[in-house]
Amino acid sequence: MRGDFGTSISLRESVTEVVFGRLPATLELAFLALAIAVALGGANAILAALWRGTATEAGVDLFNGVTLSIPDFLWGLIFILLFGVAIPIFDISGRVSPTLELPFVTPFFLIESLVRLRGDLFLDLLGHMIMPAMALALPLAAVVSQILKTSLKEAMHQDYALIARTKGFSETYVLWREALRNAVTPSLTVIGVQFTFLLGGTVIVERLFSYEGLGNLAIDAVINRDLPLIQGIVLLFAVLFVGINLTVDLCTVALNPRLRHG
Amino acid sequence: MAEPRAIHRRLNVRLWLGGSWIGLLFFCAIFAGALAPHDRLAQDLMLQTLPPAWIDGAEPGYYLGTDSLGRDILARILYATRPALIVAIVASSAACAFGSLLGLMAGFFGGWTDRVISRLVDIWMAFPPVLLSILLVAVMGPGLSSVIIAIAVIDWTRFCRVVRAEAMQQRRMDYVDSAKAMGYGTGRIMAREVLPNVLPAILVLFSLEMGIAVIVEAILSFVNLSISTDDPTWGSMIAEGRSIVHQAWWVLVFPLLCLFLTVLAFSQFGEGLKERFDPVMR
Amino acid sequence: MSAPFLEIDRLSVRLRRGGAGRLLRQVSIAVAPGEVHGLVGESGAGKSMIGRAIFGILPRAVEVIEGAVRLGGTDLFALSDRRRRRLVGVTASLIPQDPLTALNPSKRIEVQMTDRLTKILGLTGAAARARALGLLEEVHIQDPARVFRSYPHELSGGMRQRVLIASAFAAEPRLIVADEPTTALDVTVQKQILKLIAEMQRRHGTALLFVTHNLGVVAKICQRVSVLYAGKIVEQTDVATLFAAPAHAYTRALMAATPRYDRPDESLAPVRPEVIEALAREIAASDADWREARLARGEGRA
Repeated sequence: MRGDFGTSISLRESVTEVVFGRLPATLELAFLALAIAVALGGANAILAALWRGTATEAGVDLFNGVTLSIPDFLWGLIFILLFGVAIPIFDISGRVSPTLELPFVTPFFLIESLVRLRGDLFLDLLGHMIMPAMALALPLAAVVSQILKTSLKEAMHQDYALIARTKGFSETYVLWREALRNAVTPSLTVIGVQFTFLLGGTVIVERLFSYEGLGNLAIDAVINRDLPLIQGIVLLFAVLFVGINLTVDLCTVALNPRLRHG
Repeated sequence: MAEPRAIHRRLNVRLWLGGSWIGLLFFCAIFAGALAPHDRLAQDLMLQTLPPAWIDGAEPGYYLGTDSLGRDILARILYATRPALIVAIVASSAACAFGSLLGLMAGFFGGWTDRVISRLVDIWMAFPPVLLSILLVAVMGPGLSSVIIAIAVIDWTRFCRVVRAEAMQQRRMDYVDSAKAMGYGTGRIMAREVLPNVLPAILVLFSLEMGIAVIVEAILSFVNLSISTDDPTWGSMIAEGRSIVHQAWWVLVFPLLCLFLTVLAFSQFGEGLKERFDPVMR
Repeated sequence: MSAPFLEIDRLSVRLRRGGAGRLLRQVSIAVAPGEVHGLVGESGAGKSMIGRAIFGILPRAVEVIEGAVRLGGTDLFALSDRRRRRLVGVTASLIPQDPLTALNPSKRIEVQMTDRLTKILGLTGAAARARALGLLEEVHIQDPARVFRSYPHELSGGMRQRVLIASAFAAEPRLIVADEPTTALDVTVQKQILKLIAEMQRRHGTALLFVTHNLGVVAKICQRVSVLYAGKIVEQTDVATLFAAPAHAYTRALMAATPRYDRPDESLAPVRPEVIEALAREIAASDADWREARLARGEGRA
């Protein structure tokens, strides 16, 4: 197997260049979505665990049920209608406004805009990314929330949590400082798997928002029957998945002291 | 010590609402010809992108407006129920049949059969479904049959997992041993004894799968890989609507609404079935 | 007798949505400073519920109907959540039953021993560490520094219980509740741990509420005893009197059912059904009295 993947038939450029040129856009989108999903799902899991047995928990369950049953494709379309057309706050196409001059040297636009302290560019980029990221994030947020909530509730029932409360610590403290780290570990594997699904979802969501990432490129490649390009993209996705699974395994070991000594 | 109100008396809202919408879809699919006010393919460039009936500038008779080629949106939506339902039923059945068979075998026989099949399922499930389906359809050439095959090929693992788990549970039960003691062959035991007990789980999954199939078909027709003719599908209508969403929002909204409600209906119907079969689990 | 440090005053507790029976029936216990008080009862008698009431960790499904729990004269139920937590955190400690589940598996021993000292009691990090290490030595742990660095799963059951005992005493509490601290341990280790607890109590002069189902243990280290059955205190007296002349039939039955190491050939007598029936009648009668009294005072549901 050679190191390079040849030339793209449709684009007449080196496959490697094209693919790695588009990869950062997808990575930025996927990780933004991941951050949103973890923040949203984590927050409402913690809320539901602290107020377990009340209407708050029921509300969270309902929210999760709804977000989980609607796929990212539909969320994307809903957001386009709500926040792109009905109340036009965000842009619904592309990665950045075409009128802007871009001083970037790498394809990591979002990160570079931060490094260069270009707040205007950062906001524009974010404005284009927020809706596709939300569409990708919502189903993952529901999974994160469900799994974390169950683990948290279980952890809060453990003896060490009760003992911590006898020492004088509040329930909030106990949840954050005692229960959370034990609840996160069993959730990690599932979240990792769901994140790979999220990556797969970039294919259609990017297309929906005309976002110039790897997923969008994949569809073009398939439609144009550009075999070298297809091969390159599929391989890259495969590498990403393996990488994600590996990272999850490493994190699990790092967080669980019982696994460290073999 | 039980609550005075019996649990199963409560009206199963999900089942009824979901079922009603699904029934409505079937009705529309079968009677689309009679229900549609216009021909679904007829273009009229004098009537391009007209708004729905309750907005200024609408043309009477075109209740939901027209698209960029002057075609009646209502008629197209009605006819689009056909490919959606065809894909839903056929693809789900294929995935169900194949997956359930393998699942039954894996769960019932155990040992090597189980190991091989489980490994297969694990590897299969590692691929991103959307990408895989696009690849498959591109390879097979666009069209409804390609879409159906792609969905079946990708989603059979869903059935396999669940059926395997159920079959493993059932295999341990006494009635299987007594059937064996009476000399019944394995095939007969699987079909006559185990299958009926696994059926509820399969049915629930089937309903969920139909919703998934409709979405996948919509995505594939969104990227132009499904039906290649002018025959309308919600996905292709959504694609067109998306490109002119700022000028003519209705072209996107109505097929999206149908798609949304359909997916919701299938998933809620499945949840309702789950509740119906397993009232204890609440 | 000097003013009790722990005073449980006619505490009644029940399930919020449950049946008519109470989990604790007007339990009254007084433990003087430095006293070792045994709380005996079989499983399900309500012993753990008393401990939980003291520490304010009753399950959500359980509610207090009446009564008070006082620490050093302050009624815990009259305080806000925050102040109650602080008071309990500063003055009382728990030695739990199961050393495996009582320690957080993902935190080192050092953190688990010093968190309360620094965050609730306000010691500096160095002072907290020094005190904790000192206590690990008191409980006869050979290499305190190594144990400090360890995770719970790296220690044996006996070691873990020693750590928990050290933790309990490290906060220099005025009351320790030991909830069946030897039940989850190997028989060989039980005796050692019991001796250790007695030794630490003598050295630090802490009041100790020792919860157990084993009368033999009570005989060894307690000064006074309360006998609990179905949430009701059926006998409460000093140890000598209890063993010499038990007043209640249930206590006598318990003693007959306890294996005696000095008389291994004696057969165990199960608690006779007549005793149980008599107890059931006694409890039903006192429940009825209680309900009438409440209705007469115009208080809540029966």
